Amino acid sequence: MSTVLKQSKSVRFVAHLTLIILSIPCLLPLLWMISTSLKSDAQIFPSVGEIGGFRLSDFIPNPILWSNYPEAMRSVPFGTYLQNTLFLCISTTIGAVLSSALVAYGFARTKFRGQKILFILVLSTLMLPPQVTMIPTFLLYKGIGWYGTWLPLVVPSFFGSAFYIFLMCQFFRTIPNELSEAARIDGCGELRIFFQIMLPLSIPVMATCALFQFIGAWNDFLGPLIYLNSPSQYTIAYGLQQFMGTMVSQWSYLMAATTVFTIPIIILFFLAQKTFIQGIATTGGK
Amino acid sequence: MQNPRETTLAIASQTPRRVAESLPPMNKRRKGISPGWWFISPWLFGFVFLTALPFLASLYLSFCQYDVISPPRWIGLSNYENLFLHDPLFWKSIWNTFVYAVFALPLGTVAGITLALLLSLDLRGMSVYRTIFFLPSIVPLVATSLLWVWILNPQIGLINNLLEMVGISGPPWLVSPVWSKPALILMSIWGVGGSMIIYLAGIKDIPTFLHEAALVDGANTWQRTWHITLPMLTPVIFFNLVMGMIGAFQYFTQAFIMTAGGPQESTNFYCLYLFQRAFLYLNVGYSSAMAWILFVIVLVVTTALMKTHTKWVHYEGN
Repeated sequence: MSTVLKQSKSVRFVAHLTLIILSIPCLLPLLWMISTSLKSDAQIFPSVGEIGGFRLSDFIPNPILWSNYPEAMRSVPFGTYLQNTLFLCISTTIGAVLSSALVAYGFARTKFRGQKILFILVLSTLMLPPQVTMIPTFLLYKGIGWYGTWLPLVVPSFFGSAFYIFLMCQFFRTIPNELSEAARIDGCGELRIFFQIMLPLSIPVMATCALFQFIGAWNDFLGPLIYLNSPSQYTIAYGLQQFMGTMVSQWSYLMAATTVFTIPIIILFFLAQKTFIQGIATTGGK
Repeated sequence: MQNPRETTLAIASQTPRRVAESLPPMNKRRKGISPGWWFISPWLFGFVFLTALPFLASLYLSFCQYDVISPPRWIGLSNYENLFLHDPLFWKSIWNTFVYAVFALPLGTVAGITLALLLSLDLRGMSVYRTIFFLPSIVPLVATSLLWVWILNPQIGLINNLLEMVGISGPPWLVSPVWSKPALILMSIWGVGGSMIIYLAGIKDIPTFLHEAALVDGANTWQRTWHITLPMLTPVIFFNLVMGMIGAFQYFTQAFIMTAGGPQESTNFYCLYLFQRAFLYLNVGYSSAMAWILFVIVLVVTTALMKTHTKWVHYEGN
């Protein structure tokens, strides 16, 4: 915004004050999570007669039990969960980004009959509640023996995702046609134009999609819930929920595990803040 | 060996423009399948086998009795009849979803826009505020759910601890059928940062000259917000409303993890009930009917929203 629109001093003061006050309920739950993860059971559970004796000082763990973390990690097969989760994140990210880019190129930079109708179909699948296709898809995978394997979670990502196709299409359309025309005149095939001209120019949008897919796979709950049946395959998201039952009333462990599960995503967000926010912003743009 | 590519290259380097003109248009150059089809083939395959066929299959199954063990048996409209006439839990789940949507959506919209307006001001330290408000929405849903079970703990959770400090005895939240939905709505407001960012981007897209013109005419901040920013933001509000509505109908993970539908089915939302019917009771036909009812509801509500579209959504240039 230009300097003409600078707010007056009083407006700025009120705005700062409001923002600071509103920040508190935003941050408190996260601080509470970290604080709980470092507390002893004695501090979490007040002894009889002491209920209602909560003081602000109780936000600070006393003593600080860093040992909650390794103990929480040992009470569930956390290493296995992490491996599984990373495998899913990486494989589906490669699959979704590559296939969506190919498909988006087809829609944005080539011409064929029925293209418009098909593109409308791509967009309309975004509005289709996944529950409508969930059951027959499940039966299909079960029928071909994929139930209880990774395949139903990984393979579909290689067929492109409507949302990424849409984002990439928008981006590809902004790349000047002269570039690919020149290459075409030089006898370049479409596939080579795609790999050698479009992809290198499309790193930003690919990064956005990769980020979304990675985080989406990290967070996915319904997929593992439906398709995985052995604990050795569980992801962190699913494993955490499974062990909530066994860890109930061990809030410090549960919060330690939850913190470990959350931190990578927050770090990723800080590393790629710009890509992330721009991606979300373009989503709502048009 | 005559390499056609090299020949083209040679000619192209001599008279690029004339060659370009003499080439037939892109889409007629090659006979057979246009290369575009090859590019979209992964999507096409996935669409046919993982969207279109399952879509139709679930319609078919919705007219069948099917328990996975014995083959599907055609029973006509019985599933629909049972749902509408003999299943109080079906109506309860619709009611729960409706209540959640009716409160969470408007509250989230107002909170999201208000925050975005505040964050669009030209203040120092704004990027820090933005990060703070956005942070909760990137916490994984499973983590949010587990965390809030703990925060909403009636005896020693964060919220009731704080209420206790100011002398209020907090409600039992997720343990009580009266307070369970408000608890989940409250939790949804915490994650409002996601839509806030979209509103913020929308506000930043508004051309500055509109504000400057109003400023010349003597409009104050409030008037400019009301008469310029909000009307120009209506397309984004519309987008968020539609997506939020579709999202509300699909509310599942939080309820599944935090309450499993209880207490007294007060948090048994539509998709949770659908899931239970499909994967716990193996009533595949019955849940397929529910899936199709969901599809029709989403279609009808989206179309209805689209109809109101021209009345209040303002587009630049018309």
